[in-house]
Amino acid sequence: MPVAHRNALIDRVTGSDTHRAIDAVWRIESARLIAGLARMMRDVGVAEELAQDALVAALEQWPESGVPRNPGAWLMAVAKRRAIDLLRRRERFDRKLTELGHELETDQGATPDIEIGDIEDDLLRLVFVSCHPVLSTDARVALTLRLLGGLTTDEIARAYLVSEATVAQRIVRAKRTLGDAGVPFEVPRGDELADRLPSVLETIYLIFNEGYAATAGEDWMRPALYEEALRLGRVLAELMPTEPEVHGLVGLMEIQASRTAARTGPSGEPILLLDQDRARWNQLLIRRGLAALDHAEALGGAMGPYALQGAIAACHARTRTADETDWPRIAGLYDELGRLTPSPVVELNRAVAVAMAFGPAAGLELVDALLAEPALKAYHLLPSVRADLLAKLGRRDEAQREFERAASLTRNERERTLLLDRAAACA
Amino acid sequence: MRFLMVHRIDESAPDAYDPSPEVYAGMGQLMGEMTKAGVLLAADGALHSSKGARIRYSGGKRTVTDGPFTESKEVIGGFAVVQVRSKDEAIEWASRFAEVIGDVEVEVRQLDDQPAVG
Repeated sequence: MPVAHRNALIDRVTGSDTHRAIDAVWRIESARLIAGLARMMRDVGVAEELAQDALVAALEQWPESGVPRNPGAWLMAVAKRRAIDLLRRRERFDRKLTELGHELETDQGATPDIEIGDIEDDLLRLVFVSCHPVLSTDARVALTLRLLGGLTTDEIARAYLVSEATVAQRIVRAKRTLGDAGVPFEVPRGDELADRLPSVLETIYLIFNEGYAATAGEDWMRPALYEEALRLGRVLAELMPTEPEVHGLVGLMEIQASRTAARTGPSGEPILLLDQDRARWNQLLIRRGLAALDHAEALGGAMGPYALQGAIAACHARTRTADETDWPRIAGLYDELGRLTPSPVVELNRAVAVAMAFGPAAGLELVDALLAEPALKAYHLLPSVRADLLAKLGRRDEAQREFERAASLTRNERERTLLLDRAAACA
Repeated sequence: MRFLMVHRIDESAPDAYDPSPEVYAGMGQLMGEMTKAGVLLAADGALHSSKGARIRYSGGKRTVTDGPFTESKEVIGGFAVVQVRSKDEAIEWASRFAEVIGDVEVEVRQLDDQPAVG
């Protein structure tokens, strides 16, 4: 069915109870549907179209017939029928070409697999294809939200503050790139899996952070992203139960998400971790996060980059008041993280932990070593941390200059005010 | 967004706390599906109300009434907490839950995870 017609139909029929139910069923079932079809058709683009055709059939029939008992199976049966029709038409076309004496350029050896196999395996294949390193991060994010999250192009556009056309184009290009690169619809094995998994985890964590960074008053689709990433992480943990870093990432996200209600004040101002009201942290999410990290550790993965970041978050989550924080342990975890994934930002965080654990002079030494770091040249937290440590050491003039420099670098108005206040207090 | 799903049951029904093997298996399967879908945060079934109590606090005085709650036609049978993208999605999961049990009312309530408004 042409896309324009399909969209018109979907628009026309939304609203009633059945259509609300269909919308919910789509969100629940679409990823599995697309995954199963992608294995049959060896093409995620065609799979998505077939899945949407099945959705249109549901929109046409369910208002009359009611929502079937097993809506996922219903959609799959319809989509599979259409997939087979499509394959037969292609076969007839290919035969015609052969009869006319044309050489077939398509790979005749690959017989499409029309049996419904293990849908969990298909879903995992879809995850690895959507997050394939051949795609840019923007493309991976858009494709993941679209194919695995069941989000519409419009929802992705609103979440990322870009136009719908931009997102649509990213998705079209991503599908084309996958086709041109001949990316197979499979889960990588052995060493290749170890190479490819980070790209999947990175994509999910990027989506999480995009949503987590959203502020109050923004379009609700933006904060919804962190919940979607968390959900995708949990799905992945079920699909790959023996991969410690998947549990590490889930643990990290659950614990960060547990602070949602505490991290902004009454008028939307950000509240720093150590100043948050810990009674507002969500204990259910903390427990789930700690369980996921235990799981990662039991699998021998306590020292993976996500498990380590999770362990740092867990240190805070386990501590009832900010004063009781185990800073030497956090500094030690940052040591490990810095060894594993060296970066100036990790080093700056390590400096903060070291200062809290062993005094401002020890922290300042590490911060000063970062002053020549080009990656942190415009990063306001470097002068901000440095100013704080200088102030604690009683070096007020230097602290004032650093607070002022930090204020000039931040893009957040509230933070600028705060930094200028602190600068003034040093005078 | 998170939702609380609470279902109420008639305790006097003979199978209230003794589900048929079909219901038992169906529930296990549904919980598995909800876990795989990444939406189920927590769920548990309640024991007979004779093991519970109701506490009323009024006028600075507390009254504890031990179960069973014979005066109530229906009592809470269990709960689930789900994290989903819309109320419609919560309704869809709750419907599947109700379908497994057979004859039941499920209440779906959105949970507050907004920052304090002061």
